[in-house]
Amino acid sequence: MILVTLPIESQKTAHIRLTLNGEATDVSFAPYKTLLEVLREDLGHTGTKHGCELGECGACAVLLEGKAVLSCLLLAVECDGKSVLTVEGLGADGKLHPLQDAFADLGAAQCGYCTPAILVTAKALLDSNPNPSREQIREALSGNLCRCTGYQQIFEAVEAAMIKIAGKTSC
Amino acid sequence: MRVIGVPRRRVDARAKVTGQTRFADDIFLPRMAYCKLLRSPHPHARIRKMDTSRAAAHNGVYLVLSGKDLPIEYGILPVSQDEQALCVDHVRHVGDPVAAVVAREELTAFEALDLIDVEYELLTTIADPEEALATPAPRIHEYGEEGNIHKRVSLEFGDVEQGFAEADEVFEDTFFYQGNTHLPIEQHASMAIKDPEGKLTIWSSTQTPHYLHRALAKVLQMPPGHIRVIATPNGGGFGGKSDPFNHEIVVAKAALLLDRPVKICLTREEVFYCHRGRHPVLMKFKTGVKKDGTITGMHLQTLIDGGAYGSYGVASTFYTGALQTVTYHVPRYKFQGCRTFTNKPPCGPKRGHGTVQPRFGQEVQLDKIAEKLSIDPADLRLRIAESSNAVTANFFRLSVVNLSECIRRVVKNSDWKEKFRKMPDGRGVGLACSAYLTGAGLPIYWNKMPHSGVHIKFDRGGGVAVFCGATEIGQGSDDVLAGIVAEVLGLETFDIRLYTGDTDLGPVDLGSYSSRVTIMAGNAALQAAERGREMIAEAAAEKLGVPKERLRFADKRVFDSAAPEKCLTFAQAVCNAEARFGTIGTMGSYTPPKSPALYKGGGVGPSPTYSYTAAVVEVAVNPATGWITVPKIWIAHDIGRALNPTLVRGQVEGSVYMGLGEALMEEQEFRRLPKKLSHALVHKFPSMLEYKSPTSLDMPEVITELIEEPDPRGPFGAKEVGQGPLLPIMPAVANAVYDALGVRIDEVPITPEKIMKALAEKKAGRTPRFGPNHFPKVNWPEALRVPPPWEGGDGNAVNDVPRAAKHNPEKEKVLSP
Amino acid sequence: MMRLPLFEFRMPRTIDEAVLILDGEGPKAMPLAGGTDLLPNMKRRQQVPKTLMSLRYIEDLNRVRMEASASRLGACVTLADIAADPRFRNGLTALAQAASLVATPHIRNMATLGGNLCLDTRCNYYDQNYEWRKAIDFCLKKDGDTCWVAPGSLKCMAVSSTDTAPALIALGARVRLVSRLEEREVLLGELYNNDGLDYIKRKPNEILAEVLLDSLHGWKSTYWKLRRRGSFDFPVLSVAAAARFTESGVVEDARIVMGSAASRPLVALDAAKTLVGRPLNGESIAEAAVLAARIAKPLDNTDFDMSWRKRVTGEFVTCALRELRGDDVSGERLSYMRTHSH
Ligand SMILES: Cc1cc2nc3c(=O)[nH]c(=O)nc-3n(C[C@H](O)[C@H](O)[C@H](O)COP(=O)(O)OP(=O)(O)OC[C@H]3O[C@@H](n4cnc5c(N)ncnc54)[C@H](O)[C@@H]3O)c2cc1C
Ligand code: SF4
Ligand code: FES
Ligand code: FES
Repeated sequence: MILVTLPIESQKTAHIRLTLNGEATDVSFAPYKTLLEVLREDLGHTGTKHGCELGECGACAVLLEGKAVLSCLLLAVECDGKSVLTVEGLGADGKLHPLQDAFADLGAAQCGYCTPAILVTAKALLDSNPNPSREQIREALSGNLCRCTGYQQIFEAVEAAMIKIAGKTSC
Repeated sequence: MRVIGVPRRRVDARAKVTGQTRFADDIFLPRMAYCKLLRSPHPHARIRKMDTSRAAAHNGVYLVLSGKDLPIEYGILPVSQDEQALCVDHVRHVGDPVAAVVAREELTAFEALDLIDVEYELLTTIADPEEALATPAPRIHEYGEEGNIHKRVSLEFGDVEQGFAEADEVFEDTFFYQGNTHLPIEQHASMAIKDPEGKLTIWSSTQTPHYLHRALAKVLQMPPGHIRVIATPNGGGFGGKSDPFNHEIVVAKAALLLDRPVKICLTREEVFYCHRGRHPVLMKFKTGVKKDGTITGMHLQTLIDGGAYGSYGVASTFYTGALQTVTYHVPRYKFQGCRTFTNKPPCGPKRGHGTVQPRFGQEVQLDKIAEKLSIDPADLRLRIAESSNAVTANFFRLSVVNLSECIRRVVKNSDWKEKFRKMPDGRGVGLACSAYLTGAGLPIYWNKMPHSGVHIKFDRGGGVAVFCGATEIGQGSDDVLAGIVAEVLGLETFDIRLYTGDTDLGPVDLGSYSSRVTIMAGNAALQAAERGREMIAEAAAEKLGVPKERLRFADKRVFDSAAPEKCLTFAQAVCNAEARFGTIGTMGSYTPPKSPALYKGGGVGPSPTYSYTAAVVEVAVNPATGWITVPKIWIAHDIGRALNPTLVRGQVEGSVYMGLGEALMEEQEFRRLPKKLSHALVHKFPSMLEYKSPTSLDMPEVITELIEEPDPRGPFGAKEVGQGPLLPIMPAVANAVYDALGVRIDEVPITPEKIMKALAEKKAGRTPRFGPNHFPKVNWPEALRVPPPWEGGDGNAVNDVPRAAKHNPEKEKVLSP
Repeated sequence: MMRLPLFEFRMPRTIDEAVLILDGEGPKAMPLAGGTDLLPNMKRRQQVPKTLMSLRYIEDLNRVRMEASASRLGACVTLADIAADPRFRNGLTALAQAASLVATPHIRNMATLGGNLCLDTRCNYYDQNYEWRKAIDFCLKKDGDTCWVAPGSLKCMAVSSTDTAPALIALGARVRLVSRLEEREVLLGELYNNDGLDYIKRKPNEILAEVLLDSLHGWKSTYWKLRRRGSFDFPVLSVAAAARFTESGVVEDARIVMGSAASRPLVALDAAKTLVGRPLNGESIAEAAVLAARIAKPLDNTDFDMSWRKRVTGEFVTCALRELRGDDVSGERLSYMRTHSH
């Protein structure tokens, strides 16, 4: 008999249940992994990106219990029982979220690599402050580097979405 | 027009905002393995011995590769085939790869790297060009001009000494432009598979799938037809993904050997080692002017820090001297450039390739000239701006030139006349301009084939599929293709399907560099679409009994412009045409017009047309600390025509952003450790945190204005926008700092420390300036003398064999990008 | 993708349980709070604990109790919560400002106060990937035997880069440290050593459980931070200043603390002393600025030129003190910090 040893880093011995984009989700993974790795590699959610894996770019942002956090600095084992929102969960019923619409229409996504993280971050902002000023938008997005746009069209898109959302909820 | 010129959602926007855009690292395949590279910890060394057996035996490791597995040299330029995918016996910078481990898990591969034993023999390291000039041995490469000089050029267009003699004033200034890097947020990644027939497919974040295709064929010794390169959408490129890279070749080889998918995604640190970013350049400008500001002659010398490999460096060298004449009228011009090898990651093309550094020098010097001559810097530039259809001293043919209009607009929008030299101490404004190519006139390897090709397939259901090698790097190349085709055929961009960046599916497009895609792929698409429309119209005219000339294509219909009710739907019209001609597929291609610059080196710089930009930057500088902030920027860009104004504005603002980062904080800096302690010459901070890319809080308001006068050479009149608007920002910041505090910072980046040093000089009564003071002696070759057009020149050098006579496609390596 | 090394993971529910684990595992175990310092360090292999012990599940550490006489802040309160909480005003302004200027909004949502106080010291030769450090043959702080900042030095000069520590020291804060056998309160100003390696007096088996503040009635405080960009960057110099005034504006008591100017926050005793008994006027402010700048000894291991950083010290002390006396320095503040928040 040949004895096959599975390297320890390949052993998916950790197991959590979380609410991913509103859906109860079970996942097993190697316990050294961050949420970023588990989302992308074990859950097939590649919408969340990475540019440094050290907390230095913001491309991996997701919402944890509604708050924008960096999935590259969050152990997946610590997400048991938590709710996580990624870009894949932004739209509903086949429709884009107003932020997605505005980003698409107003040039806020050029290469689109920073976009998923910026979208969820902007959502957290609008959820907690439906009427942010330009300065507050700048501040809220100051943890997301974008190398393409110079940010202006991003600010404008957040403002456009804000107006659209306000219009919807007031009628 | 319904599509062109209308601000609209780009075709790939939905994928981007839903996270569905599949970047290279987003590809996961069954049985895939991960690759990691072992990199040299030494800046310059010989590999004495390597033992990979411990790594190969490590649990979970599938394969270990080393230099002997991939010995064939490659490189982006035919004249600089100087890279090996894994160094065989010579490492040239910290980060040069020497071995690769492929394993089931990335963590396993990473840990196994430490099990590879390498014995190095350390060599003298060269940190900068002056050291390179002074240290001919040991040579970093066995080729090049001599010693550690990679390339030297010397060109003279008219007698500059005569020009200086005719001048009222002659200005001499030296400037230094620090190197910096692209920093795309997406790290380079590639996935390779051996497909079921045994052929190779590779997905990679590359801007140049065609050039990668060629390099793979060469190094792997495979027929190109058995290799398929798919450029995945790039998460930012900016020139940093334009070379064929070692990691791409390594995963290809590993996939072939293992018969399983192999992926690599570089860490951020490794991206800094790939580099190919902005060359550090020391420059000396000598410029003669008349009292009214007219330039009588200019002599530019550049000393270029190339890093450890050739990359695009020969082209970069020419580029440092190419565009001075394209912006302002320079009747006599001499250019000398020298690129040296150093033991640092190789430099290459970054947004504005090679032209950014001398642009900084030229625009700052013009500011000094204007001050000395008591002319407003905006007025000075209006006097000397080049004009439409001119042929420059170095034989570049211009098309539409709207620089003056750009200047007038930013002057007006920024209230320049009220601000310049009139703001309170510590506040100031600065102005600068630029020109940039709309596509390089020649490919990197000499050939007579088109630079871009487009196939269009027309479907019976009215669907239109566009096939092209063009690569989407965020700039919107897919949208350009869709927009042009939709406009010609009366469709919406949503009706167009795009198959781009795939060497199997589409005809060759040379790649996303040198701002060439809109004009080249765009013109090819225009031609293909027009050919399709022609066939459809001919068949429809017969069917509807209407003269072909009266037919219009709009709103997904083909109709009689005189009687719009006489119509076919587009789908009907396609079926009708198919019945008449058989299956409908059309092709278009584009080759840039021939350049009159026939002299050797004249291959770098010609372009079908040039874009122009002017910018005004306002700064606030704290005189106590030199702390500098930029409250606002005004910019005007001569775009020809904005195909999609939303995207054009985004390119302008993105360029301003990147320019501002270069102006104020971005730096690719190296650190040399004391020799007796360690031999390291390391990148000071290869990280996102310490390489300072401006955040949303650092970015000022930008007021963008587009100047639209269609250029006959561009599709629907469009010119480039991806690079040009970056160029004026750095000099405009420097000029604004002078307006604010009366000190010159002749060096980029412009930091508070440098401002304080210049202020200290001012206080001490010395020249109020910070910047380099000398230009080392370079053994320049005899200049090729090319009389400018107005001296009866024909584009050839008088002291060289005319190009036509010695033409030999086999040997000749014409360069460009 | 950078990967974490392998580790064992523990998640105690109470402080008692936690200190038992630390005691049992020894120094190879490390508490994990927000993870925003420790996890990057692990990915770079600067710190490779055998066991990570999460503090996330210990409810006691998440409490904030604020009374007129004193406040107690649990170590796991996040910096975002501190920055957003309107109770952290008046005397506590410096803390709220410091918290709001840490890193980025995302990181502040994760980062904890305790983690910020225990933050590893930083250095351009140390905060690098494994491969990079290998290229310089490592350094004294980890795996090597030379200090590249001061070759020949036997001491590591890595920089204390925490934002909240200088602010809290200026506010006279204490911390409660708990281990299996002992519990102690330490004045925060005395928690740190001026040694980049052995920078903190917390023992490996201790948990920093709480930050304790006495009433700051009558105090005003402020925090100024220098960094290249408006976010992300660690401080390369910071000044926290707090003062209590009489009705007529005479300084009764004052504290000035400088961050990122050494391996520990530096208390500028002389500078503060010179202010006492005088109103904050041009003269006293200028004196304090000179005295404070005198002790700041920035080294060449962070962003910016060290002599320039030293020069900014005086400017920042001046701005901070002018702000305390009621001058409008919002223009300067916005210019340096690029943000309106606080
Ligand atoms: C890009 C980036 C930028 C940053 N910028 C800044 C900045 O500007 N200013 C700044 O101050 N920091 C900055 N940080 C560092 C870090 O985010 C903060 O210091 C944060 O507050 C650390 O808290 P944490 O809870 O995440 O700590 P952790 O990473 O969880 O822990 C940090 C250290 O403290 C120990 N520890 C944590 N809690 C306790 C406890 N209760 N008892 C005993 N030991 C404990 C851990 O073992 C570890 O050694 C930055 C980090 C990144 C990645
Ligand atoms: S100060 Fe010296 S010993 Fe300490 S981290 Fe820096 S280089 Fe290493
Ligand atoms: S990947 Fe850069 S912050 Fe997480
Ligand atoms: S759109 Fe490319 S990084 Fe933001």
